[in-house]
Amino acid sequence: MNDERREGTWEAKKGLAQMLKGGVIMDVVTPQQASIAQEAGAVAVMALERVPADIRSQGGVARMSDPQMIRGIQEAVDIPVMAKCRIGHFVEAQILEAMAVDFIDESEVLTPADEANHVNKHNFRVPFVCGATNLGEALRRIGEGAAMIRTKGEAGTGNVVEAVRHARSVLGAIKKLAATQEDELMSVAKEMGAPFDLVKYVHENGSLPVVNFAAGGVATPADAALMMQLGMDGVFVGSGIFKSGNPEKRARAIVEAVSRYNDPEILARVSEDLGEAMVGINISTLTDEERMARRGW
Amino acid sequence: MPSVGVLALQGGVAEHISILENLGCRVTGVRTPEDLASISAIFLPGGESTTLIALMNRWKLTPRLREMGMDGFPMFGTCAGAILLSREILEKEHSVEQQSLGVADVRAVRNYFGRQCCSFIQTLSVLGLSEPFKGIFIRAPLLEPLSDHVEVLSKVDDGAVLLKQDNLWLSSFHPELTADGRIHKLFLEDRGILKGGDDAHI
Repeated sequence: MNDERREGTWEAKKGLAQMLKGGVIMDVVTPQQASIAQEAGAVAVMALERVPADIRSQGGVARMSDPQMIRGIQEAVDIPVMAKCRIGHFVEAQILEAMAVDFIDESEVLTPADEANHVNKHNFRVPFVCGATNLGEALRRIGEGAAMIRTKGEAGTGNVVEAVRHARSVLGAIKKLAATQEDELMSVAKEMGAPFDLVKYVHENGSLPVVNFAAGGVATPADAALMMQLGMDGVFVGSGIFKSGNPEKRARAIVEAVSRYNDPEILARVSEDLGEAMVGINISTLTDEERMARRGW
Repeated sequence: MPSVGVLALQGGVAEHISILENLGCRVTGVRTPEDLASISAIFLPGGESTTLIALMNRWKLTPRLREMGMDGFPMFGTCAGAILLSREILEKEHSVEQQSLGVADVRAVRNYFGRQCCSFIQTLSVLGLSEPFKGIFIRAPLLEPLSDHVEVLSKVDDGAVLLKQDNLWLSSFHPELTADGRIHKLFLEDRGILKGGDDAHI
C-alpha cells in the first residue's frame, strides 16, 4: 500500500521552517559555541566563519565558510545546521547541499556574487531562507523557491531598528493586500514586482505562504520579544550572543523570552543580570555602502 | 465542546490548533502547569526536542506532565513530541543524553532517516483509517516498541511510525502539516473525547 518515498519536496522544505517557529537560531563560529547554543535551547545554529559584526569591522569579500569548519559544527550538534551562501552564488549553494546542511541562507551579510539574479532555489532539495525588506521582495524570493523569509534588519549592528522597519513593512503590506479589491491584484503585482499567484495567495490568506522570522540587530531578550509581538514567527540572533559579556546566559534568556514573549513579568525576570550586551552601532553613522540590507533586490 | 491542550512553547503549535478547532474542540495553548487544569488531552507538537525539554523544565511543566502521562492522561506527541514521550532516546550520528518525559515504552532514534535533504513524503496505510494518509517526515525519528503494550498503527519499510500505548500516541511524521484531521480524530475518538461518527468539518 505504501508508495514511493519522495524526498526534498516543497512540503518537506517548508515544513522544517514551520518546526522552527517560536525558536531562536543562533550564529556560531566554533563547535564549542554550537554546543553552548544547543544547550541553551537554540532550535538551529547558523555555522559561519565570522559573525556579521566582524565581517563589518574587518571588511574584504565575505564568502561561504570553509566546509571543514561547517563539518565540525555538524559533528558537534544534532539540531539543524544552517550555512550561508552569497546572493546568486549557486555553486556555493551546491556545495552546501552536498555537505547536507539542513538549511541554506542566501545572505546579504556575505558579499553578493550576482547583482541581478538570486539563486534559483527550486533546483535544490535543501530549503533556503532569504532576507526581505518589504513584501514585494519577500514574494520574489518565495517565487524563486525560498521556503522561509526573514527580515534583513541591519546585521552586525546590535540595533533592532531596521528589523522593526522591515517587519512592519512586510506585515503592514500583508494586511493592506488582504483588504484590497480582487480587481486590483494585477496592478498591485505589477507595482510590487511580485508574482501574481503569490500576490493572490496573500490576498486570500492574509499571510505569507512560508514562515517569517526576524533577523538583523536583535541583541536582547526584549528585542526578541518585540519582534515576536510584532508578529514574527521566530528570531535569528547573529552577533548579539557571542559578542556579549555572558553568551551562555544571554542565549538562554533570549530562548526563554521568545517562548513567553507576551508575559512582561517573565521578560523582566529573564532580562536580569545578563552582563554587557554587544556595543552596537547607530544606523545613521553607516554609509550606503556599509548597509547590508541594500544588497539584493 | 471537548477542551484539549497543545503544548505552546515552540514548534508547530498553530497547525495543531487549527486542526483541533476544525474538529470542534476548544483549544488551550499550554505554557504553564496551570494551563493543564482544564483540558482532557494534550498534543505535544513537532519542533526541536532539545529546545522543548529545556523550556518544559524551565516553566516547570515536566514533573506534572510526566505524572499525568503515567496516570492515563491522553497525550499525542508528533515527531519531537513523540521523542519527548519516549523512554529511551538515541541519535543517528551523535551520542546524546537527552531527558524526556519517559512515559511510553518506546525507543526513539532521532534523525533516523538522515538530515533535512532526506526529509520525505510517503503515503501511509494506518490501522483504523479506510483511506491512506499523507505522511510528512521531517528529520524524523524512528520509533521502536519496547514492550507488548505498544501497538503499531502504521509502518514504513524501516519500522514503526505511528504507535499507541493506551493513553499515549506517538507519530514520527507530522499529521499537523496536512489539512487532514483524521489521525487527530482517531486519537480523540479512541480516548472517548470525541464521539465516533461525529461529522467533523475537515
